[in-house]
Formats: sequence, structure tokens, C-alpha cells
Amino acid sequence: MTATLERLPLLVRDWITGFFPEPVRWLVSGLLAIVAILAVFGLYFAYLTLAERKFLGRFQNRPGPNRTGPFGLLQPFADAVKALTKEDIVPQAADKLLHFLAPCLVVAFGLISFAVIPFGRYLIPVDLDAAVLYFFAAGVSSELALFMAGWASHNKYSMISAMRALAQLISYELPLLLAVVPVIMLSGTLSTSKIVVAQGGWTFGIIPHWNVLTPWGFAGFFIFMIAAVAETNRSPFDLPEAESELIAGHLTEYSGFKYALFFMAEYFGMSALCGLGVTLFLGGWQAPIDILQVVPSYVWFMVKLSCVIFCLMWVRATLLRLRIDQLTRLAWKFLVPLGLINLGNAAFWHLSADWSGPLQIVRWAISAAVIVIPFVLIGRTLSSGLAPRTYRYAT
Amino acid sequence: MAVIQVDRKPLTFAERTYIPQILSGLKTTWKHLRSTAVTLEYPEQRPNIPPGYRGVPTLVKDPHGREKCVSCQLCEFVCPPKAIRITPGEIPPGSPNRQIEKAPQAFDIDMLRCIYCGFCQEVCPEEAIFLQNQYSMTGYTREEMVNHKDKLLELGGTLPDKHFKWEKKLHAEQEGNAH
Repeated sequence: MTATLERLPLLVRDWITGFFPEPVRWLVSGLLAIVAILAVFGLYFAYLTLAERKFLGRFQNRPGPNRTGPFGLLQPFADAVKALTKEDIVPQAADKLLHFLAPCLVVAFGLISFAVIPFGRYLIPVDLDAAVLYFFAAGVSSELALFMAGWASHNKYSMISAMRALAQLISYELPLLLAVVPVIMLSGTLSTSKIVVAQGGWTFGIIPHWNVLTPWGFAGFFIFMIAAVAETNRSPFDLPEAESELIAGHLTEYSGFKYALFFMAEYFGMSALCGLGVTLFLGGWQAPIDILQVVPSYVWFMVKLSCVIFCLMWVRATLLRLRIDQLTRLAWKFLVPLGLINLGNAAFWHLSADWSGPLQIVRWAISAAVIVIPFVLIGRTLSSGLAPRTYRYAT
Repeated sequence: MAVIQVDRKPLTFAERTYIPQILSGLKTTWKHLRSTAVTLEYPEQRPNIPPGYRGVPTLVKDPHGREKCVSCQLCEFVCPPKAIRITPGEIPPGSPNRQIEKAPQAFDIDMLRCIYCGFCQEVCPEEAIFLQNQYSMTGYTREEMVNHKDKLLELGGTLPDKHFKWEKKLHAEQEGNAH
């Protein structure tokens, strides 16, 4: 029963490809994966926007959207109709081709990164050997599309905003990668499916062997999530299109469905990055407890993904927006050094893999100290020049 | 410019790491997530209007169904933005209310000018104009935003009356005992 449920997507795929002659089956199965991702994540995106608005409403003691359909469940479709029927304004001076291409590319790059995320035990669209590398290559390309949007608008404010956005994204690309490298070092592979398999197993049947439950993985996970929030332009790092301060940053000259496409790409990027975070640190599709393996692996993946995304919404509702210098300082002076130290920490963890008995406790203590002490010291150095402040008042 | 030195307590170790602060912030938002919504779902739920609320000015009738305004035009004079226009008219001698002598032929309040100050209600000697609970006055054109007499009477309804002074005047006229 469990095995059938686990293989269900594969069985459906084989059943459909069975209708086609042998030579084109690989093509059909590839197209099916694309259709499945588009359908599942299209719908997931639609309801993610609703969930975000609902949760933000609840965080602010409001009910959130509740007029369109029962509990506002048809809201995403109403929004889609609105975006489609709005007038699409292209500035006269804009580079028409690039102006059109930017939103298409940004969605495309957001989507292709889904190809290497293992959604379940047998559910990975493309099982690449260099999947992590591919993922980041695709992720960085979307920054190109973003700058294209600012450039093509032929508006100096869009251009400046695009440069600001690029500065932020490139700054945070580094800690993102530095947080990922230890995982690759310790599992010895770039393939996402093998990284998830390496996190299998439980101690006493209840403590999973996820990377987040080791000192270096814990630190890595938090560096990764902070950088991921910044990479996807979400609060508290939403400077590129800070609604209350700028108009829409590099998206100022976009309207109608093109604007909706950027919005969609942002959510796709967030889902993909959180999916990678779940894959690398939270054990991917692995069940948290041994006996819960009866639940199919793809359900576990979606549950973990939704939890991580909920945490991002929670953080968005809580924290305030940073200033641009604070933002880049956090990346370059805090997260990058911590990420580098964490790299050494992971190396130590790898070398001390055969320590046993009381040495295990020593191993944990050293590894924790190697990350906590620099965290405190770097934080202290960074904030040393800031206090106490002198306030001047007119009297 | 005076310089005021604000003493800042040195941060404790936990505060320096920012983590307890962020966690307490998350705890606060979590509390709000679990509490009930304070929103009023407007068209279905209406707000409670407190006593003394100054809504749209309206004309009222007395319990006998007679419109109370006698077109003295005091409200027209007192109205700061000149929102009220009254065209006075006479009551014909054959009417049952002939002792009142005057009634407005037309009574217009331009709600685009009205500032809801309530002077008209204060100045009215006949207690005929009241700012009542009506708070949503909308329209698509400027003409729609002018309340005419029938609309004003419809909005105002009937209010209780203690004196019935015009009935007393009629009674005195008929009994020959004016004062």
C-alpha cells in the first residue's frame, strides 16, 4: 500500500507514456514532468499568494481576503483575471523587445530551477549529477532578467533600482553558496537526490539524521535562509521594491500581466530556494520519524516546504526593513565570514567522523564553539562603533 | 541648539546577539495570529453610532405627520458653507395647518458643501432639522448629492414632540384665549 502510494506518480507517468511509441517516450515523460511542475506549482503559487495575504491579515488582526468564494478561495483567480484584463503599458522610449523579454525570462529561470529538486523518493524531474551547480546557475540568471527589466524600461529610477537590486542579490549570492558548500563537502556529491539519501536514517528511530541537526548544518541553514530571504526580495530585505518607500523599484514601468509575471517569478524563486533549503538541510522528502514513513515522501516534502514558507511569512510580518548599508554590511561583514568559518567547521566535522563515546560530546562542543564564538565576536565588532548615540533636539 | 545626552544602557550579552529580540518579536506576531480579527465587515456589519453623532442633516415630521419646518430660513443664514437653500412658500387659508402660515416650497441641502457642523440643528426654533445617524451619503453626480425636500423628509422620519405649539395656537384662536 505504502509502496504503491510512493510510486503513484511514476505509475501514472508510465500509464500515460504507454500510449506512445517507444522512440518518443523520453520526450513524453519529460513533457509530463514539465506539465506536472507547471500545474502543481502554478496552483501552489496561486494559493501561496492567498495564504500569504491571509496570514499577513491574521498577523495584523484582520481576516484577510474573504469575499471571493468561500473563505476567499477564488481570490487568486480573480487576481489573475484582473491582471490579464488590465492595460499593458509600454513606455514609448522603452526597448520594446527587452521590456517584453524580461518578465518572460524571469519566470522561465524561476521555473527551470525546479527541475533538480527531488520532490519525492522517485520524483525528481532531472536527476543531474551537478544539480546544485545547475540550480545556482539558473538562480543567478534571473538576476540578469531583473536588470534587463530595469534597463529596458528606459527610466532612470528603474535603472537605479535595478542596480540596487543587483547589488543586493549579488551580495547575498555569496553567503548562499557558502552555506551550501559544507553540505556538498559532507555528502560528497552535487546531486540533490543523493544529498537527500545521505540524510536518511534515524537515531533511536526518532532523531533524524538531517543536516540541520548538526552544529555546522544549523548555522548553515540559518545563513542559507537569511540569504534566501534576501535573494527573493522579501521583507525584511525587500529594498528593491519597498512598497512604502519606492514605487515599485525596477518594476515601475511594468503593468498588467507583465507585473503579475514578476510577482509570480518571485514566488517561484521563493518556493525553489525553500525547496533547496529543505533538500539540503531538512532532509528533503525524508520522514521526520521512522514510523511516519507510511506517509508518501512527496507529502513530506510539501509539508516541509510549506512550513519553511510559513516561517518566511511570519518573519515578514515581524521584522522591519533594513537600510541598504545595513543590508550589504550584514552580507559582507557578517554572513560571509561566518559562512567561511562554517566551511572549516564542516571540515572538522568530516575529519572527526570516527570519534566515538565521550569524544562525541567533545566533537559537538568544539563544533558548536567554532560557530558560536565567531558569531558573538563578529557581531560585537560590527556593533562596537554604533553606541552610545548622541541625540540632538531643537529646544 | 541644546544637546541632550541620552543615556543608553549598555546592551546585555543576549541583547547584543539580537536573537532574543527577534524571537520576542516573532512571539508577539504569533499572539496576533491567534487572536480574533478586529475588523468590521462593513456592508453586513454596521458600526454602533454613539449618541450625539452628527450625520447627514435631515428634516423631521411631528407625530401627527406634519412637516415641522416653517421656512424661517435661520438655518440658511447660519450655515457656514451656504449649503442650505430654502424657497419659502405660504400655506393656503383653507388648509388644516393654516395657522402656521408658512412652509418651505423647496428645501435643498447640497451635501458637497455641508460640513456637518450642526449649526442648523442648533439654530432651528422649530426643532425641524436634525443631524441624525445617516453616515453614508453617496452619489454618482453633483446633482445626486443635493438632497431635496422629499429626500430630507424621508431620511428624517418622525421624532416625538412635547409641545405641539401650533395646535395650541389653533386652539387659542378658536377659543379666543391667545395668552
